[in-house]
Amino acid sequence: MADDAVPAHLINSSTGDWEMVIGLEVHAQVTSKSKLFSGAATEFGAKPNAQVSLVDAAMPGMLPVINEECVTQAVRTGLGLKAKINLRSVFDRKNYFYPDLPQGYQISQFTQPIVGEGEVALDMEDGEEVRVGIERLHLEQDAGKSLHDQDPKSSYVDLNRSGVALMEIVSRPDMRSSEQAQAYVLKLRSILRYLGTCDGNMEEGSLRADVNVSVRRPGAELGTRCEIKNVNSIRFIGQAIEYEARRQIEIIEDGGAIDQETRLFDPRTGETRSMRSKEEAHDYRYFPDPDLLPLEFSQSFVDDLAAQLPELPDQKKARFMADWELEHYDAEVLVAEKERADYFEEMVTLGADPKAAANWVLNTHLGRVNKEDIDFEKAPVSAQANTAILKMTDDGTISGKIAKDLYDLVWESGGDPEKLVEERGLKQVSDSGEIEKIIDEVIAANPKQVEQVKAKPQTLGWFVGQVMQKTGGKANPQMVNQLLRAKLEIAES
Amino acid sequence: MKIDDATVRNIARLARIKLDEGEDKTLESELTGILQWVEQLGEVDTDGVEPMTCVTDRQIEMRKDEITDGGYADEIVRNAPERAGNFFVVPKVVE
Repeated sequence: MADDAVPAHLINSSTGDWEMVIGLEVHAQVTSKSKLFSGAATEFGAKPNAQVSLVDAAMPGMLPVINEECVTQAVRTGLGLKAKINLRSVFDRKNYFYPDLPQGYQISQFTQPIVGEGEVALDMEDGEEVRVGIERLHLEQDAGKSLHDQDPKSSYVDLNRSGVALMEIVSRPDMRSSEQAQAYVLKLRSILRYLGTCDGNMEEGSLRADVNVSVRRPGAELGTRCEIKNVNSIRFIGQAIEYEARRQIEIIEDGGAIDQETRLFDPRTGETRSMRSKEEAHDYRYFPDPDLLPLEFSQSFVDDLAAQLPELPDQKKARFMADWELEHYDAEVLVAEKERADYFEEMVTLGADPKAAANWVLNTHLGRVNKEDIDFEKAPVSAQANTAILKMTDDGTISGKIAKDLYDLVWESGGDPEKLVEERGLKQVSDSGEIEKIIDEVIAANPKQVEQVKAKPQTLGWFVGQVMQKTGGKANPQMVNQLLRAKLEIAES
Repeated sequence: MKIDDATVRNIARLARIKLDEGEDKTLESELTGILQWVEQLGEVDTDGVEPMTCVTDRQIEMRKDEITDGGYADEIVRNAPERAGNFFVVPKVVE
């Protein structure tokens, strides 16, 4: 798509600017109880080979029978990606040898995938909008798992994952920075999770990315790309791209050429390295799987699924922006996780001011959740509690400073915020007599600062700080400011 | 289409089939013969004819998403030349 290079994304080098071009193939495990072509379970973490049927182990004479739910999930995902749904698609055999692939081929879709072209829209933090084209989505089997660290001379093979349904989602090479690639994977993950078609758990391998990276002079023809296999975290995707682009630039600037090859990212060193060359591995000799008829369904099947789709992140974001005038990026971050969006909406429903609630959820609440590194759903402060805190701040019952303390208090020891304010005497002091008394004390005790503030009115903040400290943060800051100015005879700034 | 020696060796390597001395020559002529025999179909005019995937008018069968199989790891690894617990054990494959 956009072929105009954006200067901010260029890599500057002594020989001139370079642009990276990134495309991703994301493997997303389909959420289903049983496998794509067998009735064995898919649940993560079972004992070795406990979830393997004779079909998954490729015993002679076994035949694949497709799981209806996996087809449904692929179509729903396609609809979520605003993509063309193919009413007729074909399963092919992709032939290669590896110990964790007992069939000797992977059942996949090659020339006729179930889902065609679509699009994912990204809102970047700096306000840039990026559209990433989806080339296709196809259904395929996952392979088993090889463990290489159990024995010095052997590899151990567990086929529990063998035959689990995957959606391979292939993007166009539309990304121009590692941040865009990361935002794309996050957005895709968010859409899949809203749809309930993939749990998006990267640690358990439910979502993995193969990253294609090449570099070119801005506006020039595409360069030769390298594919970095199986990168399994958002952070690693960023690191792998940055390293790989610089490696390629160095080679070209030294007069060399890029070999098209498959590489591995090593999280320990932050580098990519060539996988032992398997040229023949690319000769997959695809052919239609004779065990499976073409996959066909009707338009009304697709229409029914379309009618039942949940509200997706982009729609939710548009609604948040239209109804409550939230900023683009704030709305994007709020809707990224459904639980987060629901939490925010619950606060608004309970009567919190939408903009204040958005700020509070994104800064205070999400900040603490991230700091504690826990799941959003497990945060101990409920939407009700946060709404109560915001309402009390809004009507002046407590100060903004106390609001944060109160939040921490509820996080650590629970309890009803309104009761806590009563019990602990956290109410904002808006009684001018009481504040004046304290101000007089501060002024009397600090004659030097009083001298100073007359010459330099900007040092008034120091007095505000002193008064706030003496009142335990409970004084109404606006009142403190006004009263101080009156007493010290400093004009309103 | 004629299959040459290099193609025979490549196919054999991809299929992990070991060829004995002289076997490649035999396969070269056999495979060429098979391909030429099938190529006769090219004489039929198939313009505008949809590829047929099944002789009867059947649609793909689908099953419900239910756990109906698995849970017999011991059976799965029973034929393995080597096992450790319920893992298959294979010569080390390094990436």
